[in-house]
Amino acid sequence: MQTKNSRGRFPKAGQVDIGSYKSSAKDKPYLKDLRRVRPDQKKNMLSAGVDLSNRHRSGTYVQMDHSVVHSQSLYPGVEVMSTTEALKKYDWLEDYFWKIVSNDADEFTRQAEVQPHHGYFLRAQAGVKAVYPLQACLFINEDNIIQNVHNIIIAEEGSDLQVITGCATASDVRRGLHIGISEFYVKKGAKLTFTMIHNWADDISVRPRTATLVEEGGTFLSNYICLEPVKTLQMYPKAELVGRGAMARYSSILFALPGAHMDVGSRVILKAEGSKAEVVSRAVSAGGDVIARGHLRGEAQGIKAHLECRGLMLSEKGLIHAIPELEATIEGVDLSHEAAVGKIARDEIEYLMARGLSEGEAQAAIVRGFLDTSIMGLPRELQKQIDTAISTCEKEAF
Amino acid sequence: MLKIEGLTVSVFGQRVLSDVNLRIRKGGSMALLGPNGSGKTSLLMAIMGLSGYKITKGDIIFKGRRINDLSVDERARLGIGIMFQRPPAIRGVKLRQMVDMTQRGDFNADREAGELNLREFLDRDTNVGFSGGELKRSELLQMLAHSPQLSLFDEPESGVDLENIVLVGKIMSRILNKNKDNAGLLITHTGCIFDYVKPDEGCVLVGGRLHCIGDPMSILKTIAKHGYEGCIACKRKIPEGDSRKPVK
Ligand SMILES: Nc1ncnc2c1ncn2[C@@H]1O[C@H](COP(=O)(O)OP(=O)(O)O)[C@@H](O)[C@H]1O
Ligand SMILES: [Mg+2]
Repeated sequence: MQTKNSRGRFPKAGQVDIGSYKSSAKDKPYLKDLRRVRPDQKKNMLSAGVDLSNRHRSGTYVQMDHSVVHSQSLYPGVEVMSTTEALKKYDWLEDYFWKIVSNDADEFTRQAEVQPHHGYFLRAQAGVKAVYPLQACLFINEDNIIQNVHNIIIAEEGSDLQVITGCATASDVRRGLHIGISEFYVKKGAKLTFTMIHNWADDISVRPRTATLVEEGGTFLSNYICLEPVKTLQMYPKAELVGRGAMARYSSILFALPGAHMDVGSRVILKAEGSKAEVVSRAVSAGGDVIARGHLRGEAQGIKAHLECRGLMLSEKGLIHAIPELEATIEGVDLSHEAAVGKIARDEIEYLMARGLSEGEAQAAIVRGFLDTSIMGLPRELQKQIDTAISTCEKEAF
Repeated sequence: MLKIEGLTVSVFGQRVLSDVNLRIRKGGSMALLGPNGSGKTSLLMAIMGLSGYKITKGDIIFKGRRINDLSVDERARLGIGIMFQRPPAIRGVKLRQMVDMTQRGDFNADREAGELNLREFLDRDTNVGFSGGELKRSELLQMLAHSPQLSLFDEPESGVDLENIVLVGKIMSRILNKNKDNAGLLITHTGCIFDYVKPDEGCVLVGGRLHCIGDPMSILKTIAKHGYEGCIACKRKIPEGDSRKPVK
């Protein structure tokens, strides 16, 4: 499952020195009208799936550095605001903070607790089924800063909510640290589809800390896409299935350009009878290092879960290390995994070349096929946009 | 159209073809016979330019141009097409995308797939989980899209049921007859396909050497009667120095 890179080493999580980042940033004014966002910023947001035209969106939250720049719901029964504002509005919200992510988990959670910079609060009220996705953008606009956000999503009983979160930087930002604490709650019979797209600069360090609680009959679908350069990314989001028949599916697509270090996994703890989970990841290394993790833990009768990690090496440099883990605490659970890491097959490339495609075109077609986004069930527009982003990425890589 | 002169090819340092000479004229076609492991597939792969099939001696000349050093895609764009004996599965690339990306000239994916009973395969990953017969038809669909001037068919009928042999034969004939100058080289063991595609010459490859060139039906009969042993012993084998003396 493991390939050593040319330097003969196994990767270590990139080091992050929290103290080396600026803890303050200039205030950014609130913009009622999103048309006032600078075109270059808009473009970077769009490449992370955030479309400020608000077309086919149920609401929008935009945060730049430490300032909430915009927050608006466009759909009845759906709430969009900063967590700071939400805490003022709802006394009960305290109970949702630091409940499933521990504030003492590591230096990053501790940092986010002592120095929080807002974050989004998204909530679908009971029974509300939003037609279009909500979008939230966490943007780094100033070089060398730290951004600590704490996000909460609640899909109340019987609701259906789609969320697109895009993380991006201004074009002139080189270095930064993003810490994102996210706690998601999928109540009885609710469905949350969460899609996160990272579009960082090459010297950004990223530490999301995410957990989701899924109640009886609830469904949590999580899509994660990271194509652009990033210096170091480490995350291991976790879903706990605590109600009968709860379901979680994580899909991730990672493209590691030279210099990137990604340590990304998904974990599902199946605590309730008949709960189900699926974890699918696709990693491509064009010279960067990827550790693709997955962990399934079955603690209840009649559960079923599957883990699938596939890695594709495009370069002699770089490395992909798949670490799938299965764990059962009782008898009679159905847990399985498959993992495969390999070079792009010469015979497949030549097969396409024998039909007249150039070597580059053949390789690109195979990589695009490998990073098949169609399983994510994304809105059409977004899927197209991501496919375009994948193509661009490939061009950069070769 | 195709001229092969003194071709010697090795795979992983092992010689698989020795001093092969043959010609296929414009509008002509040739059947390539020979026992398993005799180098038939290697010859097609070498003509197509696949890596691993290293030319150590000799020349491949296509339309008057030496193509030894051209890449696979350059040869494909010059007009050489191949139906692989064992095509790889291409995960994530739908058969429809495959033919859309590679089609040259007029080609209607839905119509042609319909004709090949492959309509519901267009939206499946190319060759993934295809049965033997389905692979052959998938190959033919891709060849229809590519529309080559020189078609290389590697055992087009093996593993195909009787009903589908008619279909395979018809499509091959269409590919070959699309243009009057189109030429073909086809590997077969049974000659079943001769009912639909009538090669005007046949040749036998044994142990990487070409043993005879002649009338395909009569060669096939000799092989059926005396086996390849008989074919090797046959006095009609090509005399040294004259690689192309036809057998009457
Ligand atoms: N890719 C390959 N790797 C190793 N050996 C090969 C390869 N291709 C061909 N050979 C060897 O070369 C010889 C000729 O093979 P092939 O051309 O496939 O024969 P045929 O098509 O006539 O059955 C055989 O001994 C075969 O094992
Ligand atoms: Mg063969």
